[in-house]
Amino acid sequence: MKPLIKKLVEAVGPSGYEGAVRELVKKEVAKLADDVRVDALGNLIVRKGKQGSGGLRIMLSAHMDEIGIIATHIDENGFVRFTTIGDVGPRTLIGGRVQFLNGAYGVIAGEWLTGTDQVHSFEKMYIDVGAAGKADCPVKIGDLAIFDRPMLDLGSRLVAKSMDDRIAVAVLIETLRKLKDTPHEVYFVFSTQEEVGTRGATTAAYGIDPDLGIAVDVTGTGDTPKGMRMAVKLGAGPAVKVRDGGMLSDPRVVRWMADTAEAAKIPYQLEILEAGSTDARAIQLTRAGVPVGCLSIPCRYIHSPSEMVDYNDVQHAVSLLTILISNPIHLQ
Amino acid sequence: MTPKKTSPSTTPLIGTEQIALLERLSNAVAVSGAEHEVRKIVLAEIKDLADDIKVDALGNVLATKHARQEPALRVMLAAHMDEVGFMLVDGEDGLYEFATVGGIDVRQLPGKTVLVGKDHLPGVIGAKPIHHTTPDERRNAISLDNLRIDVGNENGKKVHPGDRATFATRFQQLGPSLVGKALDDRLGVVTVIELLRHAPAHIELLAAFTVQEEVGLRGARVAGYALDPQLAFALDSTPAGDLPTWDGEESPRYNTRLDGGPAIYVADQGTLSDPRLIRYLIQTAETFGIPYQIRQPGGGGTDAGAIHKQRAGIPVVSVSVPGRYAHTAALVARLDDWQHTLALMYHALEGLTPAILDQER
Repeated sequence: MKPLIKKLVEAVGPSGYEGAVRELVKKEVAKLADDVRVDALGNLIVRKGKQGSGGLRIMLSAHMDEIGIIATHIDENGFVRFTTIGDVGPRTLIGGRVQFLNGAYGVIAGEWLTGTDQVHSFEKMYIDVGAAGKADCPVKIGDLAIFDRPMLDLGSRLVAKSMDDRIAVAVLIETLRKLKDTPHEVYFVFSTQEEVGTRGATTAAYGIDPDLGIAVDVTGTGDTPKGMRMAVKLGAGPAVKVRDGGMLSDPRVVRWMADTAEAAKIPYQLEILEAGSTDARAIQLTRAGVPVGCLSIPCRYIHSPSEMVDYNDVQHAVSLLTILISNPIHLQ
Repeated sequence: MTPKKTSPSTTPLIGTEQIALLERLSNAVAVSGAEHEVRKIVLAEIKDLADDIKVDALGNVLATKHARQEPALRVMLAAHMDEVGFMLVDGEDGLYEFATVGGIDVRQLPGKTVLVGKDHLPGVIGAKPIHHTTPDERRNAISLDNLRIDVGNENGKKVHPGDRATFATRFQQLGPSLVGKALDDRLGVVTVIELLRHAPAHIELLAAFTVQEEVGLRGARVAGYALDPQLAFALDSTPAGDLPTWDGEESPRYNTRLDGGPAIYVADQGTLSDPRLIRYLIQTAETFGIPYQIRQPGGGGTDAGAIHKQRAGIPVVSVSVPGRYAHTAALVARLDDWQHTLALMYHALEGLTPAILDQER
């Protein structure tokens, strides 16, 4: 699965511009799916199975987009000012490199600060694309870029710029590959614009009108030196989300996911995330309401250019998700 | 898609009639949630321009001009009828406490004249004169709690809590500029009326004159759901912050510039414009030699933010006329920017076909 992960995390796909990722996924799923379509907001919707008696219409969602930046101004000397796409933290940027969608590269730098303990606000940062002046700057206002960083394979731990949420894209593709037979009509949704407010999943869920929704996304961990308070840790299995900042999982879905993991002897953890949310929130609030849950891949340093996950957690997530959708579901 | 080469000579023009309509609309009072004055003018203007006109449950005016040929593309145009303003909260002896409706900077309110209630009764947002203030007081902004709308004793009996008020500014044309209290978004309203008048035969044109944009895109949400278009354009007004800096340094934050032409949106707080529509508008502008600018990506938003998330999703883009001093008593826009906005949208609609939705994003 590592070559697939590497391809996905190194692809360029900031929110609203997921085309390159969509093409990669399309190729991977072409031979595995019963139907593939792209909706008005660019969501890639892949169907497997047909709803039989007792089967459900299930929406799985993993978002293709990643956080990034967008150029707001090119100054007289060819320096690029920018604002953020999605929730980007200013602390991890200075010294980093960006890749624009048009192929240009640049270095993020900051204005001179007087104090050594100060952090640059975005207004005091700029991107140096190597231009000698405005005239030969390869970037225009409105051009998007992502944080450029190759994947790092540390054995059982993998590090990349966009584990959030390409690791879940990989999990969905592998689950589709492993899925032999299902009584359900399963929609594997590779969604757009999650990082700017779960916009793609909102319209995808409306179009699919599912009986059950499961988002697959990354979640934070509490296992780093003086880190945030959180029970989830790397390497202890995928996490079954109980709640996050925008969603309370349906308790029946949580029980079903946890019981299934227990029965299959797949390690798992229960997740309580205090901030943030996922596509599950958008699915839950669709039309007359949908029971939802979320399977999370524990991830350190989320929204930095070096997000770290555990490879075993990823493989366990595939196993659990495959079993979950292979068998009849009776929520109780 | 390459824009169709219609002759630039067919471009509809902003003439005295359009400016007179803008004047009536800008002077009308339509604070969010109480848009009836503008709605009435719009309904009268579009009576003979659309095939089907209705007012929905929230007060949006939804007008359809049917396509006269196949294949028709269902295109929504949205412009909001409401404006920012005030609502009376409580008072006596003609002095009313009030709340702001929509985004208004309270620091710029003292000393402004206003129109109150359905009868447009004159009022003043009073402030202590300089004779009676201390230097300390003059250093601090007056908070909303300490401001009152003064309508006088007699008229005070004719107004009530819940009544809306807005700036009393009368529309003026000053050389190349247009000045008014509610050009955000009456410029868009007139533009959509003109586009209805000049609707191309191959487009099923769905015009929405929306309510409650300034308090959170509420009207556009239900309008987008009801009209269910294949793609949508929001036509609005956006701040131009292109003023000189005190030290002559280049300002990196200006949003848009006056005289820069229509502002095309790539990203704002609520929307990532569909890249196919952005490209198409830019191609159209370049084909017809219409000046345009890319609005600086950042905060703020338009009806597009609500529309694109309706049903199974709707590709959107916004185009705004730039205006200085937005959401104050006097917004200043340029006639030329407005004319170019109408021209861009007219030619964009003329050349638009369903093939745009088959393009790669």
